[in-house]
Amino acid sequence: MSGILIRGGRVIDPARKIDEPADVYLLEGKVEGVGRNLGTPAGAMVVDASRQVVAPGLIDVHVHLREPGQEDLETVATGAMAAAAGGFSAVCAMPNTDPVCDNQGVVGFVKAQAQRAGKARVYPIGAISLGQKGQQLAEFGELVGAGAVAVSDDGRPVVSSHLMRTALEYARTFGIPVADHCEDPTLAGGAMHEGVVSTRLGLKGIPSAAEEIMVARDLLLAELTGGHIHLCHMSTRGSVDLIRRAKERGVRVTAEACPHHFSLTHEACEGYDTNAKMNPPLREAEDREAIRQGLKDGTIDVIATDHAPHHYDAKEREFDDAPNGIIGLETALGLAITELVTTKVLPLPELVARMSTIPAKIFGLPGGTLAPGAPADVVVFDPAVEWTVRPQEFFSRSRNTPFAGRRLTGRASVTIVRGQVVFQRPD
Amino acid sequence: MTAGTALGKDLTGLEYLSPDQIRLILDTAEPFKEVSERPIKKVPALRGKTIVNLFFEASTRTRISFEFAEKRLSADTVNVGGQGSSVSKGETLVDTAKNLEAMRIDMVVIRHGASGAAQFLGQRIRSNVINAGDGKHEHPTQGLLDLLTLRDKFGRIAGLKVAIVGDVLHSRVARSNIWGLTKLGAEVAVCGPASLLPRNVQELGVTIIPRIEDAIQWADALNVLRLQLERMQGGFIPSLREYNRVFGVTTERLAKAPRDLVILHPGPMNRGVEIDSDVADGPHSVILPQVTNGVAVRMAVLYLLAGGSPDWASAAGKGEDH
Repeated sequence: MSGILIRGGRVIDPARKIDEPADVYLLEGKVEGVGRNLGTPAGAMVVDASRQVVAPGLIDVHVHLREPGQEDLETVATGAMAAAAGGFSAVCAMPNTDPVCDNQGVVGFVKAQAQRAGKARVYPIGAISLGQKGQQLAEFGELVGAGAVAVSDDGRPVVSSHLMRTALEYARTFGIPVADHCEDPTLAGGAMHEGVVSTRLGLKGIPSAAEEIMVARDLLLAELTGGHIHLCHMSTRGSVDLIRRAKERGVRVTAEACPHHFSLTHEACEGYDTNAKMNPPLREAEDREAIRQGLKDGTIDVIATDHAPHHYDAKEREFDDAPNGIIGLETALGLAITELVTTKVLPLPELVARMSTIPAKIFGLPGGTLAPGAPADVVVFDPAVEWTVRPQEFFSRSRNTPFAGRRLTGRASVTIVRGQVVFQRPD
Repeated sequence: MTAGTALGKDLTGLEYLSPDQIRLILDTAEPFKEVSERPIKKVPALRGKTIVNLFFEASTRTRISFEFAEKRLSADTVNVGGQGSSVSKGETLVDTAKNLEAMRIDMVVIRHGASGAAQFLGQRIRSNVINAGDGKHEHPTQGLLDLLTLRDKFGRIAGLKVAIVGDVLHSRVARSNIWGLTKLGAEVAVCGPASLLPRNVQELGVTIIPRIEDAIQWADALNVLRLQLERMQGGFIPSLREYNRVFGVTTERLAKAPRDLVILHPGPMNRGVEIDSDVADGPHSVILPQVTNGVAVRMAVLYLLAGGSPDWASAAGKGEDH
């Protein structure tokens, strides 16, 4: 098998604090070397990366691929292709499928579908509780044995504090994070953020406290158990404060933020735009700013998309009745560069860390670095190219995005997984 | 043909109207009041127009008021309810809308339980859409008839102090009143248990008066909202009895007012809960004039949205009987 030479790019490898012009040579599924003027090894395919960034493939620890069960919305194959087009070499698939990913059969099926697709890697996340019903622990040992990299009941909160405590304790056996969707269901149950916009639109609001109550609880339980809590899609300034203080105390907590939460506010719901309906909801400008600051100071560790495909006609209805969620894989990098890098919240190497190196580290995944011997999972992206979001051109099977028509800066050109080019944007 | 009216294509809420547009509707309603006082209550202003009254939620007053307004303007009308229609067979709102459009109707009056339903419909069909109440969002014609009733009573809106009392959180009437009154220069306060006031409501330009006694001291008029009986089960208030004791508009409380208060209520009333019978039936109640004005205001809205010229409104009002 001949290698790939990525020539003339700006190589960013946060794991080794590298940010310099260099060539990257990939051979037999691994990074063979990084250096200047590597020459062209015999038979190597050459990727011209001039004026582009070469970085470890992006890793999204939070996507919904809908398979098995809702293949009309997305499949493992279409989701893995959308991921590759977005610059992601790996994604972690949440278990709220039908059937739920709470046993080795479903874990194995998702992995097999991913292998068949041969695009981005797909790591299944197992359920915390059987059927995500919040009652009986799933068999973490079996899930991990089959290839699950974390557990979560995402889509639903873990209501029982006892169950969450047990999950955190038991997950320590396997060294996996417990990822929680923080929402107090007795306080939530609305259609958007509770604030002046929900008041004007006459929609039932979800107060920030509905998230923060569960964040506070999870932090206390992580402290109690020593387990690793991973807090999904943080959306409020209060959550950022709670996490910051917990980290100062040494609690084993990691947290993610979604591009929509650092890009938009509840005002996107004006006109009852159901593509701005998601859970947790878009919050206020102060919350968006706190999320950005949390990313800047490391309180929030990673950027994850919460890619949530829905059929267009499910969104084409009354706001109250439309499902929550937006797709994010093909806009994440552009939004992150536009909203965080060009605004000087994060330097580009730090962004790569938040979208690749740190996700790999906290979920214990291969990749996230271009060190020799690391998997040949690489993204080549143009950090300066301007483009317009056109959902009809997405590889995802769904189109539900509030960013249609938005001008963004930065987009993946080539995505390489296991030494194979799985995506190359046509010139 | 319809987009260029003085009000735009649709009437979905008073939030989206300018003060001049609101005044135009109220002024246009004046000549239409007289039509309903005639022995033969009909003018030809909307002859040949077809209007669908699409009521997904139960309604007596509003539905009948719209229907009278349409008929007195000589429009052809069809009533569609939630039950017994394709809606009860699971048809989506967008499909219902497209089917109505295909029948080349001119206007849709919609009442729906979901906030935003009228805007949703208006964005998807060419016909004019009039919001007859959408969820907890707006009920613009109710807001307009309240404005007209207050203007009748006081001769002005600017400078009036109006307290909206009760379940503001779930009330589309409250929102339309807040927009309409503040745009025309009234001072607006909301009064009710904090559990029934929406978050950040002050940012809509109103003040909060926590106690009904203080609202009565402050206000020129009280707009008393209906307390939905299910709010007790929802955990928003302890009981209807307690609500009446703490927030009820009673004769005893009104007796302490420094001036005669005008009492409005959008109906239907829960006598003995948010309002006592002797207040509702008392000399300061304008609850029945509100209903009368409802027909005139709706005639004005229909007429203006159909492209009727404000200058012709008097002429249409005085038009030949037949």
